[in-house]
Amino acid sequence: MTQKLKKTPLAARCEQAGGKMVDFHGWLMPVQFAGILAEHKAVREHAGMFDVSHMGQIFVEGLNAWPFLQYINCNNIKNGPAEGTYSHILTEKGTIIDDAISFCLAPEQFLVVVNAACIDEDFAWMKKQAKKFNVTVRNESSKWGMIAVQGPEAVDIVNKLLPGVADLPRFHISPLTMFEVDGYVTRTGYTGEDGVEIMLPADKIGLLWDTLLQCGVVPCGLGARDVLRLEAGYLLNGADADQTRTPYEANCGWVVKLAKENFIGKDILAAQKAAGLKEKLTAFVLTSPGVPRTGCKVFVGDKEKGTLTSGTYSPLFKGIAVGYADTDLTVGQDVEIEIHGKRAKAQVVKTPFYKNRV
Amino acid sequence: MYNEENCRFAKTHEWAYKEGDVAVVGISNHAQEEISDIVFVDLPKVGTQAVAGKNCCVIESVKSASEIYAPVSGEIVEVNEALNADPALVNREPHAGGWLFKIKMTNPAEFDALLDVNAYKATIQK
Repeated sequence: MTQKLKKTPLAARCEQAGGKMVDFHGWLMPVQFAGILAEHKAVREHAGMFDVSHMGQIFVEGLNAWPFLQYINCNNIKNGPAEGTYSHILTEKGTIIDDAISFCLAPEQFLVVVNAACIDEDFAWMKKQAKKFNVTVRNESSKWGMIAVQGPEAVDIVNKLLPGVADLPRFHISPLTMFEVDGYVTRTGYTGEDGVEIMLPADKIGLLWDTLLQCGVVPCGLGARDVLRLEAGYLLNGADADQTRTPYEANCGWVVKLAKENFIGKDILAAQKAAGLKEKLTAFVLTSPGVPRTGCKVFVGDKEKGTLTSGTYSPLFKGIAVGYADTDLTVGQDVEIEIHGKRAKAQVVKTPFYKNRV
Repeated sequence: MYNEENCRFAKTHEWAYKEGDVAVVGISNHAQEEISDIVFVDLPKVGTQAVAGKNCCVIESVKSASEIYAPVSGEIVEVNEALNADPALVNREPHAGGWLFKIKMTNPAEFDALLDVNAYKATIQK
């Protein structure tokens, strides 16, 4: 079975560093190294790194590159030099194909970084939409390796290898040269900590991994990444967001800019906003022992109010979860979550659970 | 007290040893390594009946929930309350302070049918 899994250019190094490798959307990826709790602590207190080479890099070029991105994204894509914008790419029904960051490399050239599981679908969708815009859409996902370095010490460590990185503003991109090849560094991440993500050609990314290890950066796996992103209130596409949910339902109304002239899904989102929602992504903290998981049901008395789409044990907040629930639930309300056939006490809370440095 | 000679193992990675007609139950070192960071143990209630081979306890790690099966049948007569405050004790001392519960056996033949240490080690060295 493992022969069929795709490997990132860092897979062998991850195994060598003690990574426990698992199937993640068809990719052989490390779920953990030393342990999820230790890795979580490293990122919250020092610096950790993640192999995110499985993520996709799609380049959009041409005179209409920016209008094209404005059309396929619901957020207002910034087009100033080096600016990046988090947004959702929607279907014509206003539902979420993917969440992605678009970076402006030049007035007519953008880099869109997308989720691994969505690369093929995103690329096909973008090519289809591109016909109306006279732009070139190029999928370079397999050419690039990518490492996310995250944590309060991450930027200082990387700045020693790449002087100037500390001056890169949040959500900005810069070209770089390392190991005699060109790549990119972005001041982004998905952990709720400050940090950077570095893209280098696939055959050179291993040298960066080795260098970061020597600098004391702790290798971290998908397990820690999931706890960190949930604490930070970030969506896991495919779990908390998919093509049955709109950004409003996913509690991401801030990425919808109805004032924009036009974008795919706009009319449906405008109508949904006017009509109001029945369900939306809602956050819960357990107030009794236990670990909430995907699929657990939320109750108020005998009434089922929702279903969890993500849940975990957080070293900072204990049992935390998000799920789609009736919009009549209010922050602070007591609810119950059924775990292994038993009811655990929980409370509706605001996201993010964790808000610190970014 | 746990030692490899007096202990028996289930294929599902629980160990048990006898204190008179009571079986003390925990999970193997191999199992705690596989489960990793244990953050919650949902212990059975004292007084409930455990059935050999049936789920009677859940161990939660950060990543997943693992069902623990009773290696023998009988009444749960004691549970390891220390795990409520310190579930990671199962990781640190799977064969000692991290025991889970005690069962007053109704069918001692079930104990004798469990694997000895060598047979158990053979199952995990595949």
